[in-house]
Amino acid sequence: MGTIALVGNPNSGKTTLFNALTGSNQHIGNWPGVTVEKKEGKFKYKEVQYTVFDLPGTYSLGAYSEDEIVARDFILSGSSDVVINVVDATNLERNLYLTTQLLEMGVKVVVALNMMDEARQKNIEIDINTLSKNLGIPVIATVASKNKGLEDLIEKAVEYAKSGEYPKINISYGEEIDREIEKIESLLDSSNSKYPNKWLAVKLLEGDEEIFKLVEKDFELPRDVLSSIKEKAAVYELEIVDRRYAFIGNIIGSAVKKPIREVETLTDKIDKVVTHKYFGIPIFAIIMFVIFQLTFAIGQDLLGGYVGDFVGFIGEKVADLLTLINSPEWLKSFIAEGIFGGIGTVFEFIPLIVVLYFFIGILEDTGYMARAAYVMDGLMRALGLHGKTFISMIVGFGCNVPGIMATRTLDNKKDRMIALLINPFMSCGARLPIYLVFIAAFFPSHGGIVLFLLYAFGIITALVMGKIFSKFLFKEESSHFIMELPPYRLPIFKYVVRSMWDKVWDFLQRAGSIIFVVVALLWVLSVLPFGVEPYSQESILGRIGTILAPIFKPAGFGTWQATVSLFAGIAAKEAVVAILGMVYAGVSEGTELILALQEVFTPLTAVSFLAMTLLYTPCAAVLGTVKRETNSIKWTIFMAVYTFILGWIVAVLIYQVGRLLGF
Amino acid sequence: MGDVYLSSLKPNEYGKIKGVLSGCKANKRLYELGLYRNAIVKVVKNDFGPIILNLSGNKLALGRGLASKVLVEPCYFEKN
Repeated sequence: MGTIALVGNPNSGKTTLFNALTGSNQHIGNWPGVTVEKKEGKFKYKEVQYTVFDLPGTYSLGAYSEDEIVARDFILSGSSDVVINVVDATNLERNLYLTTQLLEMGVKVVVALNMMDEARQKNIEIDINTLSKNLGIPVIATVASKNKGLEDLIEKAVEYAKSGEYPKINISYGEEIDREIEKIESLLDSSNSKYPNKWLAVKLLEGDEEIFKLVEKDFELPRDVLSSIKEKAAVYELEIVDRRYAFIGNIIGSAVKKPIREVETLTDKIDKVVTHKYFGIPIFAIIMFVIFQLTFAIGQDLLGGYVGDFVGFIGEKVADLLTLINSPEWLKSFIAEGIFGGIGTVFEFIPLIVVLYFFIGILEDTGYMARAAYVMDGLMRALGLHGKTFISMIVGFGCNVPGIMATRTLDNKKDRMIALLINPFMSCGARLPIYLVFIAAFFPSHGGIVLFLLYAFGIITALVMGKIFSKFLFKEESSHFIMELPPYRLPIFKYVVRSMWDKVWDFLQRAGSIIFVVVALLWVLSVLPFGVEPYSQESILGRIGTILAPIFKPAGFGTWQATVSLFAGIAAKEAVVAILGMVYAGVSEGTELILALQEVFTPLTAVSFLAMTLLYTPCAAVLGTVKRETNSIKWTIFMAVYTFILGWIVAVLIYQVGRLLGF
Repeated sequence: MGDVYLSSLKPNEYGKIKGVLSGCKANKRLYELGLYRNAIVKVVKNDFGPIILNLSGNKLALGRGLASKVLVEPCYFEKN
């Protein structure tokens, strides 16, 4: 049993390596900030089980943003036997910066020199033996995406972990700073900390606030000593970085040969078009639009019907079987109306979800998403938002929970809080079935356009609310935009399918657990008290809905059925369609629900209902994440309430204005 | 040759980083991203939105506000 930690710059192929080692299906994207929390996996090598931790990608082990702190704390906790530092071979200088920091921490490090194929393409020659000798640790060439060099890597890492060797490097920071480091070291000497004193001393001189806090707690240093170190740090901080780079320069100098003049790559050519001043945003819009159109063409027209027929077929067979074995009426009702009418309706949308996530997966893996964030930055900035906010928004299209977690890559509090508060307006996968069923009922010939407009409306609302928050709620300055634009890569089919399957599986699991519980609970409420007609207004469900329904009267859908479905949606958005299926159709077939909806909704009330479902209170899982990330009940309640009010206002406006216009 | 701000370089122009004018945290971050003193950068795109730089073969987008705080010494040794 051994423990391995994976550390590396964003986009260095860490997660790919993690997946290749563990065979797990962690989500990979060719853009920074995909791993924001450490992930755990296991694999076996020579009959021994190993646990691998994939840490968030970081450029440094300072305390610049929360994902860096997560990585640093893990390494310092000593929970891993060896650290595999994944290094992008095409960008050694910057990647080795992190390596030197790891080495200074005194932990056992093995370098996985990754993306060697790309380095070769760029005519970069690396002498691995010399590099390994200069760094004083094992260096192994790998191409994680093609499973190359992994055996060797594991073997060397395991061997190194068992050996008594530790990395020894000695970076000289110049006479003056070196003397300061020694002085601080001797001050720290008396106490016993689990961290190497030299490392602490360097970090203090770099002005690392986390370390100042730690030292204040663990050591009894007089306050004036600490404040004098702080003053010196202001002077030395950048000098230390310079010296580290000089040290790296020496290491690389004898080991790497680079072409003097870099050629214009395909990436450069594509970027000229997709990051164009005027065409950038329209190209992004067109790409998203085409994806939505294809989703309908393939997911609904080609595949959708089969799944619907299949669910209907199974439903009938199960009902027949239940009659055959003389099961009680209530069980038949529960199975047919509750399970097949409710959850079955949700299942019919799986082909669409599969297709949509397949295309989004392709976009992510190619590296285009970083460009999308780039072209959106201009617009975002005009609204007082950070360009990276857009990345968390795109992640939110899958599910708002990871979307909100992705806001961790934003460095300052203001940017982060805004990104977090507007994330639920990104239409997540669970809301998709609601859109789809209403589109099928009212706008069947314009499916792609309506879906595109709904997503776009969510984005616009998010941007407008972002602007309002940035103006009135948070006064701080927004931080600067710094982002890498990784080279384009051909998406690997296997990984695209994995990431797609991940989301679909998540969807299925939710359908099988929380949605099942919600549906079962509501079914019980719908047949009680005994003797009432199931799903009638006299049932408990109907009565609750009837009491609350007037809230939605001004929005045009003040029926108890719609009301109940919306409130069920706060538990899980998938429940909305499931409940509609139960209360309106009570049968498995989607067409009946569509016909039923056509009777009770008009195109106008359908639109106002869609706007409400798009904007109102996010699901319980999202609220839980907000609570965890902000650590504040106040913000969680704010999130739940302001979205509800906003959704209600917009729905009412749509209905009232629409009516005036004669729709 | 006097130093200029990174934001004033045109596409395909090179510059040697001299320093960053600001006491903010971004300063160190730039260093850590490879924009350390004496590093050579090439401007790829500079018209609207963040500036795109080529830093020894890797692309980096840098907000305009930040780019106008980075001092560089223009280099004209390589032009095509």
